[in-house]
This record gives sequence, structure tokens and C-alpha cells, in this order.
Amino acid sequence: MSKIHVSTYVNGDAVEFLCEPGETLLDVLRDRLNLTGAKEGCGTGDCGACSVMLDGRLVASCLVLGAEVEGSAVETVEGIATDDALHPVQKKLLEHAALQCGICTPGIVVAAKALLEKNADPSEEEVRYWLAGNLCRCTGYDKIIRAVLDAAAEMRGVSA
Amino acid sequence: MARVVIFGSLRAFTGGVGEVEIEAKNTRVLLQKLSEQFEGLRETIAAGVSLAIDGEVFKEAWFTPIDEDSEVVVMPLMVGG
Amino acid sequence: MSKQDFKILGTRPIRPDGLDKVTGKAMFGADKSVTGMLHARILRSPHAHAEIVSIDTSKAKALPGVKAVITGADFDELKNRWTGYTSQNCMAQDRALYDGHAVAAVAAISKSIAAAALKLIEVEYNLLPHVTDVDEAMKPGAPVLHVGVKARKLGDEVSGNTVGYYSFGHGDLETGFAEADEVIERSFKTAATHQGYIEPHACLADLGSDGRGELWCSTQGHYNVRLICAEILDIEESQLRVTASEIGGGFGGKTTVFIEPVALMLSRKSGKPVKAVMTRDEVFRASGPTMSSSMDIKIGMSKDGRITAAQAKLRYQGGAFPYQMVMMGAMSAFAAYDLDHVQSEGWDVMTNRPKMISYRAPGAPMAVYAVEAVVDELCQKLELDPIDTRLKNAAREGTKSSYGPTFKAIGLVEALEAAKAHPHYSAPLAENTGRGVSCGFWFNFGGQVSVSMAINADGTVNLIEGNPDIGGSRASISMMAAEALGIPLDRIRTIVGDTASVGFSDVTDGSRVTFAVGIATINAANAAIKEMCKRAAMIWEIDEDAVEWVDGAAQPTGHNAGEFPPMSLAEIAAVSGKTGGPIAGHHEGAPDKAGVSFGVHLVDVEVDPETGFTAVKRYTAFQDVGKAIHPAYVEGQIQGGAVQGIGWALNEEYIYGEDGRLQNPGFLDYRIPVASDLPMIDPVIIEVPNPGHPFGVRGCGETAIVPPLAAVSNGVSRAIGKRMFELPMSPPKILKAIG
Ligand code: FES
Ligand code: FES
Repeated sequence: MSKIHVSTYVNGDAVEFLCEPGETLLDVLRDRLNLTGAKEGCGTGDCGACSVMLDGRLVASCLVLGAEVEGSAVETVEGIATDDALHPVQKKLLEHAALQCGICTPGIVVAAKALLEKNADPSEEEVRYWLAGNLCRCTGYDKIIRAVLDAAAEMRGVSA
Repeated sequence: MARVVIFGSLRAFTGGVGEVEIEAKNTRVLLQKLSEQFEGLRETIAAGVSLAIDGEVFKEAWFTPIDEDSEVVVMPLMVGG
Repeated sequence: MSKQDFKILGTRPIRPDGLDKVTGKAMFGADKSVTGMLHARILRSPHAHAEIVSIDTSKAKALPGVKAVITGADFDELKNRWTGYTSQNCMAQDRALYDGHAVAAVAAISKSIAAAALKLIEVEYNLLPHVTDVDEAMKPGAPVLHVGVKARKLGDEVSGNTVGYYSFGHGDLETGFAEADEVIERSFKTAATHQGYIEPHACLADLGSDGRGELWCSTQGHYNVRLICAEILDIEESQLRVTASEIGGGFGGKTTVFIEPVALMLSRKSGKPVKAVMTRDEVFRASGPTMSSSMDIKIGMSKDGRITAAQAKLRYQGGAFPYQMVMMGAMSAFAAYDLDHVQSEGWDVMTNRPKMISYRAPGAPMAVYAVEAVVDELCQKLELDPIDTRLKNAAREGTKSSYGPTFKAIGLVEALEAAKAHPHYSAPLAENTGRGVSCGFWFNFGGQVSVSMAINADGTVNLIEGNPDIGGSRASISMMAAEALGIPLDRIRTIVGDTASVGFSDVTDGSRVTFAVGIATINAANAAIKEMCKRAAMIWEIDEDAVEWVDGAAQPTGHNAGEFPPMSLAEIAAVSGKTGGPIAGHHEGAPDKAGVSFGVHLVDVEVDPETGFTAVKRYTAFQDVGKAIHPAYVEGQIQGGAVQGIGWALNEEYIYGEDGRLQNPGFLDYRIPVASDLPMIDPVIIEVPNPGHPFGVRGCGETAIVPPLAAVSNGVSRAIGKRMFELPMSPPKILKAIG
């Protein structure tokens, strides 16, 4: 099967890869670029574990083809912490013990960060609806929601 | 002698006997004696049983001591999740 | 046991594996790859029950890039009956026993070639009659899954699918029911549900022709994986090294093997490493969901709320192979109550569905649901307060439980009293809203465990344990080690060792890890402390017995022992090379006395009379955990369990068609609770110390899934003014009940 050549940006770095026409962005990230932070929980767009940013939009990378990202900017969980400093969402998830097994965490981090970039002061309900596409089976969501609200408060410079 | 309670459905293998007195210093001896006394229980005991000794549940620890006046409840083997 | 003062236990430090998990670095089952690795795919039966007449793999084998194809013929028959069933569950022999049962597998150089090869395998099936419902499967004349495995002593009134029968109880039911002012008898059904871990089963296997193997996999127990795989592949346990990856949820569902033996066999055949990852569809169709049930409950109560007699008949459906689990339901059904006349019976039944495996407090949630629903109906009928009534009947220290043992210190009364006093219980209720209450119970287990601890020359400590960390146990174990040694938490690093680095450890299940590994850790620390005291004694030239360990340092026991300033762990460790070599401690054991745990849940649900949709408005969960080592993770266990129970009560179910095929093998149609479905889950930790643990710990992971089923059902029943007898209470069922 002949492969497609794709040039794109991942976490700010220019990368090139060859992929099969039917290969998903998630497969490309995990299998070809060694970025295994995004997880495959379902492969059908139902769990959010594979969440990444594509040109500033939150997407399920299992529903995007690798060949589609030519010339795009992809951001994954691996690109969120900078210079050893965690993003407030990451920090607050840890402080609130908002992960148990942690398999949903990369998707939650990406999705929550995207929310806070759009809405600096979301209500509990807004956080719950925004994260409704990110399944977590361990925590019952309680601590995740609190962590995201707390991260929002910290980013706004108020203490929650 | 410890009071040994054969619990629930295990009684089907003791001909309905639900309680016996057995002299045993530990669970291994107790289970051996039970197997000898009730041939029907032998298979179940070999496959594994749980024991409650004075209210504490043990998963077949052979050398768990049994006191003279202990109550030992013999139950099917329990499993967790 | 009196409450103890702790320095580290009860605090909320950040978990040691946290950074890797928020940055995407943590390596889960599917995250490992090696060069030259092949990809596996498994062909699965589309039929509920069929004879496999023939399998032609020649076309698949001929496809370029395919390196191995296997079928049931590659697997030997095993002596051990139980491992034999596990093997047949991983790869069918002459019959496919359920929709999704593996019938062949391929390994190829890419995922797409492996997928293409599957399509080239030709299987000829001869369809056989099937059965997926528990009551149908029990009837004489039902298609029988395996002959010769019917429970001993059962007669012709039940079919050969009935593989287990248990009964528990004491007293005399007739006497008890005669004393009742009100007797209610009801039948209930609950659907099969899935653990729903977000990480599908995944492994990477490498098995050489010399019988040496490496297996990386997502599991709750890598020693158990080794045991089973070594037997199936006929290799020596020592030669198969199994490493547990980070595990993306299990809840009991990763306590056995599904794809691991298949990947090992493909690797043996191809001579290359093989990676196997289940799709979500495969997880639903071919891993191990929990049982569905059909139950009859009869309870008698006096006017003042005393339960005079209680009876349960539980029929569980556990899939295509013999299993034992209804017993746990029969034992837990009435565990919350102090009863004179009680009996519970249970039947384990096979059907053409995937073989069940444990799911959090396996067997208990459905039994307790049915019992608590009848208790609630009695309270309504007799106009009694549901918590007062439960308090009146509550099991306490000294109660002879319905399953045999007499309880030691337990915290049910404390949990009920806390629930009664909580503002939630007295808050006013809105229209169309009902408040449900339920008790719940789980046994908790100990089991085999190994821990090895090394004291480093720089005063830090490495600890290796053999139980996969599924919910933060490395944090709680490090905390117990720090507490026992008397050193700061950051001096300790705990890892989960592979099967070649530390002794045998049972599966991470039964809520046992914090309890059992905790005890082993304390013992290992004590062994190291003993050695450190000895070294100090040698340095001070005093008797070993004259040295004690206080606050992380050796010191003379008193003035008579000599006047020496204390030597800290770091000081002793620094000179260990000169005082006799490295200092370490280890412990291998099988601690028991895990301590049963009770919970009480309170929920307010609002039912929309137009649509039948139920919204959970408020949820408070009370649980006795003995001693919360890391309260945030204990709360997380309670919250997570409660939400899984809410899903079970309202949405989740395995739906089978007439054709015996699973109709909803995906998260879209098998709907687990999402963030927008829920309110905050308010956990209330109650600490009645477990006398069987030095720090008072009880298992805590499982109890929380037991009460929500009945709590939600009781809430819904009160909200709509009609009793509900079936789970899940999906909107159509509620609309039908409203009428
Ligand atoms: S893997 Fe993409 S949404 Fe589940
Ligand atoms: S922490 Fe396990 S799925 Fe969210």
C-alpha cells in the first residue's frame, strides 16, 4: 500500500511522516511519532481519551485522518507543560487527587485547557458539559471538576 | 474442643450435620479431621474453603492457631474483585 | 483499638506517579513498542453458539506481511480444569460459545495487514441453539453449555447450566414470618454491566523457542498472568517474566487473561514480539462483564420496624464457562442486619455470553439492591423512617452475621447515625424528587504479598511491591513506609516490581492492596529497623536489646543503656558499608483480618414525568474505612464506586438480541455516566479502626458500589410513587411504571 507524505507541526515542532490513507491521527501520533500520551479508549469518538488540539480546535484524534493534518498545528498532552512548569490544569489535577488510574487524564488535561482558553470563568455546569465527552470511570468526576474550577481561578489570579 | 459450624450449602455434604466439636490446634489439622469425618466434604476442602475463626475470616492459612473455645465457621472459598 | 496519632497517615501528598500521568509520559498497556514487533488481531465468532466445523487459514497465511496465524488447534488440552476453561475462553476449541468468542488470530507487520488477514480466514460454523437469559438457562431442557459440570446434589428441576448452589443463614423462616406484621415478597432483575475501564486490554509478548518469555501487559495481577500463561503455553514460571504496565482501570475486570496467551502463542509461532490490543467492541464482547441476575426477596417486619425474617433466592448468569460468584451475593445480601431468622440461596448459571469476571464487590451489588428495595418498601408501607428502621436492625460488634461469622468492630451504626445527622437527610425535597437510602457491605480480603525494601547509603529508601497500582496505592504504601520508618515521605520511592524482581503477590483485588501490602510494608520496615538498631548497638558497643527506634532514629532505651545521641536512619545508612553491608528489610506473608466494611448512601433523584429521565440531584456517601491513609484517594474510591453504581442503576446494560448477539458493544450505546449527568458526590469518611491492622486500615475500594443501586432505585420509587423492580431504570421502563 503506498503511503502518504505529510508535513505538519506537532507541539510547535515541524515534523514529517508517512502514513497509510486510512490511518488516524491518533495512530500516527502513537505509532509513528512516539507520542503515546493520547490514548485510544474507544476509537469511535466516544471517550475523549485521544483528545488533541488541531489548529486550535479540540478534536478526537481517533476521528481525524493522519493525512488530513498536512500543514496544520497539532498540540498534544506532551506539549502542555513548559520548562518543567506544569500547566495550572495539570497542577490542580494532581493537588486535588483528580486521577486514579490516569488513563483519562491526558484527554482531560487537553480538553480542560481548551475550555479555560475559551472561557476563563466557567461555572460548574459549563465545566461538566464541556468535559461530557471525556469519560472517566474511576473518579466519579467530582475531583476533576473541582480541579478545573480551581485551575480557572488560579489562572484568573483569584484564589478559589 | 473448638466448635465447628458447617455453613449453609456445605451441609449438603455432611448429611445435614451443621455443627461438630473438633480437637485441632490449627486450621490444617481441623480441615484434615473434617475431611476424614465427612467424606463428602473432602473435594470441597481440597478445592479451597474460607474459615471464620472467632469472627475473623481467613483464606486457608494452615497454621492459624485455634483455641480450645474457638468458634470456627467453615464457608465456601471467598473471592474478591 | 484506640485511635493512634500519625505524622503522615491521613495527609494528602501528591502521588509519586502523578507527574508522569498529567504529562502523558506514563506507560500503559498499549504504549510500549519494540523494534521488529508484529501486530495481532483476533477473529471472533459472530454467533452465540456454534460448532466450529472447519477453519481455513491458508489465504490469510499467504498474505504478504502475515507472520503467524493460530486457532484453537494450537492450544493443548490442559490438566487443570480451571486453567483449561481460561484457555478455551481465550481461544475457542470446537465450539464458539458466545458472540465475540475468539476463534483465530493473526500477527502481521502492520495493523492494516493484520486486519486484512482476518477477512481471509474462512470459518464454517454449524449453528447451535443458544440461551442468554438466566431464568431460561436454568430451565430443564435449555441448551447446556458444558456437560458434566452441574453443581453436585442438584436435581432435575434445574438444567445442567446450573454450576453452583449455595445457601446461608440461620434460624427458622416460618417462625420469623409468623411474627411479622407485614410481609413483602418481590422479584427483581438486574442487567449485566461492564467494569468500563477506559483502557482496553493490551499486551506486548515475546516468547522465544527456548521457552524464555517477556510479557508486558495491563493487569491487576502479573503473577496470576504468569501462572496462567505458563500453564497454557507449557513453559516454566521462572522463564516468563511478566511486567505490569500502568493500568488504566480494572475494577476486577483485569484479574484474568484474555489476549495474553494469544499474543504469546503468536510470538512463539512467528519468533517475533507481538503486540495485541483489544478494540472497545472486543472489550464489551469478549472480556469479562459482571453477572446479570434474577432474584426473589421476602422480608417480614413488625409494626415497629424490626425485621422478623428474611429470605433471598438469587439466580446469577455468569456466561459461557463454570464460575463461582453467586455465593458472594448470598453472603452479602443480609450482612447489614442482625437477624434471628434468615436464609439466602444462590445459583450460578452458565449462558451463551462472555464469561463473567469480578466487578467491584462481585456479586454483592445486585443482591443488596433487591434486599434494600424491599426494606424500603416495608418502611414506606409501615410509615417508618428508613434510617431509624435500618438502625433498629443494624449489625454491630457481636452480631452473628447471616453468612456465619460473628462481627468484630464494624462501623455500620456509625455510618447510619452520620447519615441521619447529615443536613442532606433533612433537606426539603422538590417536586418529582425522591430520596433514597441504602446500606452496603463488602468483605475485603488479605492474601499473599511480598515487599522488599532497601535502605540506601544516602538515607533514602527503595521499596518494591508486587501489586499493580490501580488507584494510587504507591502513594499510600510509601506513606505507610514513611510512617513506620519515621522519615519524610520524599525519601521513599515505591515501585511495582516485575515477576522476576520480588516474590509472589496475589492479584490486586478484594480491596486488599492498601491492607495487605501495607502490613507487609510495615513488617519490612520493622525488619530494616531491627537491623539499623543492631548497627547502632555495634557502634555504641552496647547490647542490641538496649536500642530502640524512635522518630526515625536509633536511640538507647534509657540512661542505663548508655548516653549516646540518637543516630538517624541517614546516619546509620551512611556508614552501612563499614558496619556489615547494605541494610534491607523484606516481608512475605499472607495477612488475613482485612476487616469488613459498611457504607450508607443517600441520594436525591428527580424524575421527569414526561420523559422518564432520572437526574441525580444530590449524593452523599458514608463509609467506614477503618483508617484513611490518604483521604483524598479514599474519597476518590467512594466517589468512583458510587458513580459506577449510579450507572448500573440508571443506564448501563448488556442488551442481547434474539440472535444472541450483543447489540450495544460501544460507549455510545452502553452509556456510562458522564460529567454532565452528575452532581458532586459528597463522601463522608468514617473511621472505626480495624483491629486486624496495625494502623486500623480496612479495605475501601469495593463497598461503595454496593449501596447506589438500591439508593437510586428507592429514590426513583419514592419520586414516582411506584416501586421499581428492574435495573437499569432507563426512561422507557420508568414511563411504563408511571403508566
Ligand atoms: S479514542 Fe478517540 S474518542 Fe475514544
Ligand atoms: S482516572 Fe481512571 S479513567 Fe479517569
